[in-house]
Formats: sequence, structure tokens, C-alpha cells
Amino acid sequence: MDDLLSDFLTETNESLAELDVALVTLERTPDDAETLSFIFRLVHTIKGTCGFLGLPRLERVAHAGENVLGKLRDRSLTVTPDIVSDVLAAIDRIKAIVAGLSTTGAEPAGDDTALIAALNATASGEQPAAIDFDDTVAATPPPVPAPSPAPTVEAKAPESPAPAIAAAPAAQTSPPAAAAQTIRVTVDVLEDLMTLVSELVLTRNQLLQLARTQENGAFTVPLQRLSHITSDLQEGVMKTRMQPIGNAWNKLPRLVRDLSHDMGKKIELTMIGADTELDRQVLELIKDPLTHMIRNSGDHGLETPAERRAAGKPETGTIMLNAYHEGGYIILEISDDGRGLAVDRIRAKVLSNGLASETELAGMTDGQIQRFIFRAGFSTAATISAVSGRGVGMDVVKTNIEKIGGTIDLKSTVGQGTTFTVKIPLTLAIVSALIVEAGKERFAIPQLSVVELVRASRGSALSSGNSVIERINDTPVLRLRSRLLPLVSLTELLALGADDRAEDSAHVVVAQVGQHMMGIIVDRVFDTEEIVVKPVAPILRHVTMFSGNTILGDGSVIMILDPNGIARASGVGAGSESKLLRGAPIEAQSSADKTAMLLFRAGENQRMAVPLGLVARLEDIPREKIEMSCGAPVTQYRGKLMPLIAIEGGIDQQKPTQPLLVFADGDRTMGLMVDEIVDVVEDNLDIELAAGRPGLLGTAVIGGQATDVLDTGYWLTQAWQDWFRSVPRQGATPGQPHVLLVDDSEFFRQLTVPMLGAAGFRVTAVASAAEALALRDGGGMFDAIVSDIEMPGMDGIQFARTVRTDGAWARLPVIAMTAHSDTDTARLGREAGFTDYVGKFEREALVASLHASLAEPAHI
Amino acid sequence: MTTNVLERPEQAPATEENQVLVTLTVGDQLCGVPVLSVRDVLGEQTITRIPLAPPEIAGSLNLRGRIVTAIDLRQRLRLPPAPPGQPRMSVVADQGGELYALLVDQVSEVLSLDASAFERNPPTLEKTWAAFSTGIFRLDGRLLVVLDVAKLLALSVEE
Repeated sequence: MDDLLSDFLTETNESLAELDVALVTLERTPDDAETLSFIFRLVHTIKGTCGFLGLPRLERVAHAGENVLGKLRDRSLTVTPDIVSDVLAAIDRIKAIVAGLSTTGAEPAGDDTALIAALNATASGEQPAAIDFDDTVAATPPPVPAPSPAPTVEAKAPESPAPAIAAAPAAQTSPPAAAAQTIRVTVDVLEDLMTLVSELVLTRNQLLQLARTQENGAFTVPLQRLSHITSDLQEGVMKTRMQPIGNAWNKLPRLVRDLSHDMGKKIELTMIGADTELDRQVLELIKDPLTHMIRNSGDHGLETPAERRAAGKPETGTIMLNAYHEGGYIILEISDDGRGLAVDRIRAKVLSNGLASETELAGMTDGQIQRFIFRAGFSTAATISAVSGRGVGMDVVKTNIEKIGGTIDLKSTVGQGTTFTVKIPLTLAIVSALIVEAGKERFAIPQLSVVELVRASRGSALSSGNSVIERINDTPVLRLRSRLLPLVSLTELLALGADDRAEDSAHVVVAQVGQHMMGIIVDRVFDTEEIVVKPVAPILRHVTMFSGNTILGDGSVIMILDPNGIARASGVGAGSESKLLRGAPIEAQSSADKTAMLLFRAGENQRMAVPLGLVARLEDIPREKIEMSCGAPVTQYRGKLMPLIAIEGGIDQQKPTQPLLVFADGDRTMGLMVDEIVDVVEDNLDIELAAGRPGLLGTAVIGGQATDVLDTGYWLTQAWQDWFRSVPRQGATPGQPHVLLVDDSEFFRQLTVPMLGAAGFRVTAVASAAEALALRDGGGMFDAIVSDIEMPGMDGIQFARTVRTDGAWARLPVIAMTAHSDTDTARLGREAGFTDYVGKFEREALVASLHASLAEPAHI
Repeated sequence: MTTNVLERPEQAPATEENQVLVTLTVGDQLCGVPVLSVRDVLGEQTITRIPLAPPEIAGSLNLRGRIVTAIDLRQRLRLPPAPPGQPRMSVVADQGGELYALLVDQVSEVLSLDASAFERNPPTLEKTWAAFSTGIFRLDGRLLVVLDVAKLLALSVEE
């Protein structure tokens, strides 16, 4: 039986029991207006719910009963025992139907016309024709073949089919216990329990803190027991408040059905993890945002069947809900396989709404632009439909989710769909928090938003190893894995007075707020604690930096920081995207041409570099593992023999282990023996001096020093003579996709050709766009083109444009390979007609992209 | 469910026969608050500063597991801050279910005062004081200002 119905039955049974009592009271005190309206309300509720659940028979009877009660209530009828009997008869009938419902799950068939007519007659003021309700009821026992719909208590339990005749004396029947295993407890009781347990947890923490100072005290053992019991109790009480998330979902299938009907779309709703449990308070709070998001997916996300057909997708779109636990959180994914978020349209909208300027947008990634839908005053639907777009946008959803300490993010691929990921805490009452100190005060930061902790020094000099907090015109920033992280000094933000720069060492709490990362500078970091969130006093509500306060184990009160509030106050994220972005272009530009390079020493202790992307793995093998085979060193590596190549200059035989750079291609590997692996740096790869000897491409300045750049291709051929010549091992087959590679760099051509070859493509490589176009004009045909962007003469963008304009290649997939990852280039590239973008050195991405674009018909 | 056993008036009407007041000193001034509005009297407490809070708010403290917002009465009455290191006491009052601690210099005793010694605020009383005071009691050799707790705590309204 579905949950809604069983809830309804439980509720109705309770109401019916109360009704009996109330009606009898009313008969005795006919003037009791309060009882009367109470009865009216109950019957009205039953009627209303019936309508909602689609129980027409029950609804009609309840409606007739309600009519009479309504008349009584507005005093157009006076209460007489006859009228009460009539109403009781109606209630008995309701009971009979409800009993039938609870055994079979469907309304028993039956004829209520006599009863309804009698009730209507009563309502219209005719002398109540003393309904022979015994008779009526006896007539009712509906001719249901299924288990008896007996109108009495026993009927509840399917195993004891009561005789259907029982003339339903009704009034004194106790409500059938829906299930003896459950009792209904008011939420207040549970809330009180939760509060008490929270207090208990705090007291326990306090005791534990005290006990820590005394070893082997008499209290240690009982205290530990107390601690365990408290934890169990906490868990138990939390469980009482836990409900499966399915409860928030049970209206969705209907919603989706109606949606698909109204919109003329075919939608399938898949729900996974409906039994994932979470706190009922949280559950209540996510219901609305969830409904809204499902509506959005159905309305904006999914296409019409015709559009889907045209896009080569199945006509039926899928909305998928997936819930699962992760740590102390619930992850909720709402995904659709629809059209995805159109970046262009969002961009246009952002511009027209003045949410950001053209320049600001130019510096943003597609993801950042798509996240504008979370901004206030944004709605993408071009036309407002009845379904969504009622002025309540994703910003409200985001706000509501953030209110309960959750986060929301989205991932969208044009043509493939959108996935919203919502992360919410299991419970709001007790959260795990990181305790930090700034300006001599301690604060708690909810663990949910903490991504990592970085130790940094405030010193201005760049010292190696430790991260350094740098300042741009007094705005602190931190370089974190080649990105600039905006920092917020807690001391400054909260005006704690103390000079932020007095101490040299600091900690940066890297926090994620929605899509934005931000670092919070603190002086010290303590451990994490389970804290009980208490709201701040009303006087302090306007200080948005705090989400609450709590008492720590040592009894002190501390404030709980709200990362969202901090982000807003400091201009990170939603409030003013620009502040963050103003810093970003600097970084984007400087990192655009950079390549991650692996630095190592080899051969006569020379400093050498190789693009990190070319190296499959770094290994350090024991020297005795190096064996000789046909006079060449090999080692057993992952169950295969791997040839080892030494860079001239010899190998230091003294060291017990041998560092290796492992290059892999398909199932072939090669180990390059080096002396020492030094570092990974990001720098420009500009080869300034051509190499004078084989094995090296030349010399570049990397990390401020002249560094030899390894010619990987040379060394690969040393290991496997056929490495490069081997276009696919299986030989060129006619069905093999033929790829045209356009790249001015010999180095990349050398690397890419064998790589694509190994992946099963036939490759023709040319060094310039002009050569490529010459091939086209000469009648050459390919299945796909891979082109560099930065090329002398005609660059990639121009090349793509030319290809797209006309000629035999106009509809070929063209994939750009570039070191420039900034969105501006990407946008330009797309406009020029590139199908996809792949970073240089990302061999797997290139292969995947090729497969993807060859799989589906080229689209421009 | 909890029933409020103490059905007490927001502030004892000043014209009753007797007023029972908890006396306290703020700065050098003797003050009193109706005893029924006082839940607790606390000695020196560890108070956690609340950054960005209005200056009147001294911070929050832990009263048997409840978080109490402490209000510095010297600040509230526009008096100079207490000399550093001086121990301070507090009077805890309930306002709309929230607990507030009024930080004062000294809490002395509970006095039952005859209504005949009560007078309205003199019209010349400084505005800040007039706003928070319901009247003055004439004691032997001293004057006692009766403070209106509800008004003292009505900070949020002013924000």
C-alpha cells in the first residue's frame, strides 16, 4: 500500500475515534459550538484528503455528512438525536469504507445513495427520516470479493475477517490500531528529547575534558561508560527523527506525470536511494527546493520528443534522483539527460540583466557562467511557463539549501544534460566543526565547508616549501596548486583588533562556498569537535558572519562561523563575482602558456625536463631488480618486461635504487633511468636553443635555470624501434578512422602521431594549416581533424573557420589542441567551429574526444 | 509542556505598596531591578567576545549549558568603561525565552521598598537614563534608580 494511503488511514482512524466521542458529547450538549466545529473540521479534513487521494465513494459520503454538519454549525439546523444518528450513520459508513480500504488498498464497491439522500434531506431541513441505518449499513457490506470489509475493528487485521453483518454499533469501537508496532508521538516531544540529548552531549564533553587532566581517576571508567551511553542515546534519538528521503519524494512521480502531460514531453523519473534516511527537520526543508528543481529539469532541462529525436536521443527523457550518504552528509543528485544549460543564452541574460560585464564574462569558464542561474533575479526560460518560472528561481533554491548548511553545485554539458548536486547535513542539531583561533578568540567552522588546511607563513620573502601569503595591494592571496586562492583574514574581517601580521605562521582554512574557493586566515587550528548548534540571540541576528553559537567541551561559548556569510561579506562568490575574477585573469594569463614540467637529473648530472603529461608514472626500483636481456637492461614491471634506457653519461651504480620515468603507450612501457627526480614546475616551454645532440629537443629556461628538454620520441624509439613507425599494430584496416593532425611543432607531431596510432587511428600529420588546406583542395578526406591553435601563418582559429566555410571538410569534427585553457580562446574557438577542446599533452582526453566526435554525427 | 508557573508582570508596577528590588551598582550609581525579573545572579564569568556585535554586547557566557548574551550596563547607560581587571557581576534576565546577563559592577542585596519612597523620574534626568528608568526610590542618604529590564534588553529594536 502506498505511503500516502497508509498515512491517511492512520490519520482517519484516529479522527474517526475522536468523532465518535465528540458526536456523543454533542448529543448531550447540543449547544457546544466548539465540539461542533471540531467535528466539522474532522469530517472536512477526511473529505478533503479523499479528494486528493482519489477515493470518490468516501468523498461523497463525507461530503454529505459535512453538509449536515455545516448546517448545524451555522445554526440553520439544531442538534437533535435524530440528526446525530444520521451523522453517526455517515461516520459508520466511512468506517466501513476505510476498513475495506485498509484490507484491500482500494475502496470497496457499494451503494451509498440511500444514505446520502437521507443526509441531504436532513441537511435541507426535512424532518430527519430516522434512517434505518442498521439496514443501510447491512445493505452496504459491499460485494467485494476480497477479504471482508467489515466495518469493525477486527477488519483492520487481515487475518481475522470479522463477520460483515455486525450491525456496526459504531460509537464505542476503538480505532483500529494501524500497527501495534508504532506509536505516534508529537514532534514536540522528539524535539524536546533532541534538545535534552544535545545538552547531555555537551555535559559529557565537559566531563571528558575535565577527566583528561586527571589520569586514572576513579571517574575514568564510569565516565567512559557514560560517554558511550550518551553516544548511543544520541544516535537513538537522532534515529527517531530520521525519515527516509523517499518521504520527500513521494509526490514527485505525480508531479512528473503532470509535467510530462502539460508539457507534452515524455519523462521518466528514476529514483535511487529512497530509503536514505535524514533528519525530519532537514527533510521538511528540502522538500520545496527539491520539487522546484524537478520542475526545472522537466520544464527547462528536457527537450520535447521531437527535439530529442532530432538530437539522436531516445524520445523519453530521464530525470534521475539519487540519494546517498557520504560522511555525515547526504548527497542528492538531480540529473536530467536534457539539453544542458546553454552558456550563450545565460551569458546574454547575464548581460541584459546587468549581473556582470562583458569583460568579466570573458574571463569566466562555462561552469562559472552556468552558475549564474543561482544568482538572484535570474530565470533562463525565454517564455514563462505555467510550470516553472513563477519568479522563484534557482537562487531561492540555493538560499534555502544554504540555510540548512548545505551546498549546491551543477554540472552541465550542452546536449547531454544537467546534474545538480546538493550536499546537506544529516541533521542540523549536531554538526562536526573545526575549531580555530584568530585574534585570541576561538571560532568553529562547520566541517562541511572545509576542504583542506594549509600552513602558510605571512613572511613576504618567497621561501621554498612553505606556502606564503602574498598581498596584492593589501589583499591577501595564496598560491595553491597553481591557482590563486582569495584569502580572508578572520582577524580583519571580524575586527578582532590584533595585528594580523604580528605572528609569522598562519593557517589557511580552505573553504568551499558554493562554487567558490576561499581561504580563511586563522592563527591556530585546534581539532574538530561535535558541536550542538544553538541559534544566536535575536540581538545578534544581523551579524551574518555567524550561523550560531555553541558550548565547547571546556565549557566556553564560541561562535560558529558561517562561510556563506563570510564569503558574502568579503565579496567572494555570489555577492560580487568580480572581486574574485579581477584577480583571476592575471593568473589565467600567466598560466595559460605554462606546461607542467617534470625536472630531473640525468646523464652527467644535467638538469633536464620533460612535459609531465608524457610521463605515465614515476618509479623507484631496487637496483637488483634490473636484469639484462640481450645485453640491454630490463626489469619486470607489472607482469611484463620493460626495457630500460639510460641517458648517456652512465648510471650511478652505487645507489641502492634506480629512479625511473615510465612512459607508456597502450600496453607498451619503457623506463628511462635517471639519477634523480627533482621537482614538478609549471613554466613556459620555450625552447630557445636547438639541441645539438640526439635525445634532446633543446634548451629552455625552466624555473629560472637553463634546462635541457628531453626528446621523448628519441628515447621511445631507443626502446622499441617500431614505436613511432608502428602505426597501429594490427595494420591499417579500411574501417579505421583517418585523422588529420595539424601542428607546427615537430615535437607534438612526433608524440601525437604514435599515440593516436596506438589508439587505433590512422594519422596524417602536417605542419601547417596551409598544408592541410592543400590536402583538402587536393581531394584528401579524413574522418576528423585535430589542430593546434597557435601556429605561424594561419592559426587554428582561422583554419577552423576556413574549414567550416565550405569544402569537403565543412562538416568534419575539428578538435582543438591547445595549451591555452582560458575561456576566451575556448569561446573564440567554438565560434570558429571547433567541435571540442583538448589540452595539449592530455592524450586520453584527445582520444576520448575523437571517439566521441566520431561516434555522433558532426554538428557545428 | 512547560507551563510558566511564574506568571509575573513584565515589570512590577511602580505604584504598588511594596517593591522588591535587587540592588546593584553601575559606575557609582545605585540601581535596582524588580526581583521577579531576575533569574540568576552570577559572579565573575568567562565571557566570549562576539565580534561585530553592538558595543553594548559584552559577549556570551555559558550558564549551565545555556548560552546567555551579556550586556554591558555601563555601555548601555553611556558610562565610562569599567577599569580593567575589575571583577564584574551579572544579573540574568529572561526576555522572550532568551536569557540575557546584565553586566554590573556589584550586586548587593534584595530590598523591599515602600511605595511612599518612590518618585517618578525627575524631568531633567538625562535622556538615556530616563529611557531605562521607571522611577527613583529615596533611600537613606542615597537614591536608587529602578531600571526597566525590558527596555534595557530592547537592543534589537534599536538596531
